[in-house]
Amino acid sequence: MEKEKQGFLDFAYQMYKTMKTNEISLVYEGEVTQEITKTFTSLTEKSLSKSAESNAVQKKVFNVMVECLQNISKHADSLTDEDEERRGIVMVSKGDDSYNIITGNIIKNERVAGLQESLELINSLDKAGLSTLFKQQIKESTISEKGGAGLGLIDIAKKTGSKLTYQLKNSTSRCPFLS
Amino acid sequence: MEVINIKGTDDTPNVILDKASGQFEISGRSLPEDVNQFYEQILDWIDAYANDPLDRTEFNFKLEYFNTASSKVILDILLKFEEIVENGKEVIIKWHYHEDEEDMLEAGEEYSDIVEIPFDYIVYTD
Repeated sequence: MEKEKQGFLDFAYQMYKTMKTNEISLVYEGEVTQEITKTFTSLTEKSLSKSAESNAVQKKVFNVMVECLQNISKHADSLTDEDEERRGIVMVSKGDDSYNIITGNIIKNERVAGLQESLELINSLDKAGLSTLFKQQIKESTISEKGGAGLGLIDIAKKTGSKLTYQLKNSTSRCPFLS
Repeated sequence: MEVINIKGTDDTPNVILDKASGQFEISGRSLPEDVNQFYEQILDWIDAYANDPLDRTEFNFKLEYFNTASSKVILDILLKFEEIVENGKEVIIKWHYHEDEEDMLEAGEEYSDIVEIPFDYIVYTD
């Protein structure tokens, strides 16, 4: 028993070290609600405002976090139909010359193809192309029952100026990962 | 007309719609969970205003941040003002952006590409 406890503390220490080395400022797995979104974004906003980061970068990080988190709270599926909770994982870290915002959530198989198509289209466009797509989409879209406008991923790509990296993992953890 | 004066919160904007004093403004941040619920009364107010607008309306957007669902509603607001322009009244959108925030300026430029209303871009620092 004692050995097991020690092992777990070792694990916690390893995780702490990994977080420090990779400058991971936030890791979360659980339900994502509007309250959680507000809490995480304001935490990140506060820590960034103490850093030397420019206002423009601070705003972009805030912006992308809101869209990623609201994507989970609006679109995440669950493994069972009874489970209505919208859960996901969220991780924010600082790289050498950029911030990484990674979120993951379960999505039903039947929605994968559509999502992948959107991601590929977005990743194929440059800044001007994204702006055109955004303008076209904002005119055509209506606010869905979930409260989304279908603009989140386009906006993330526009604001970051980089491609959306994603992975789709099969079976029990059908998670698209976006960063 | 009644005056709409809503104080902003950490996820909803300040809104002032006052025909008598000619003040029209949305400012702060807009990332509500349910945009329809928040903006419904605002869109209704603008619909009523469009029936008998001032000869010249100056609408100020001074947003620090808005999510994409809000961006759709902002377009809906602008489209209502575009109709007022089509009906022969003058409307000017004053689009405020922080000097560091190119993204906010670009957002205004994208709207002005979509709607036929003159935009004034006003840079602020603080």
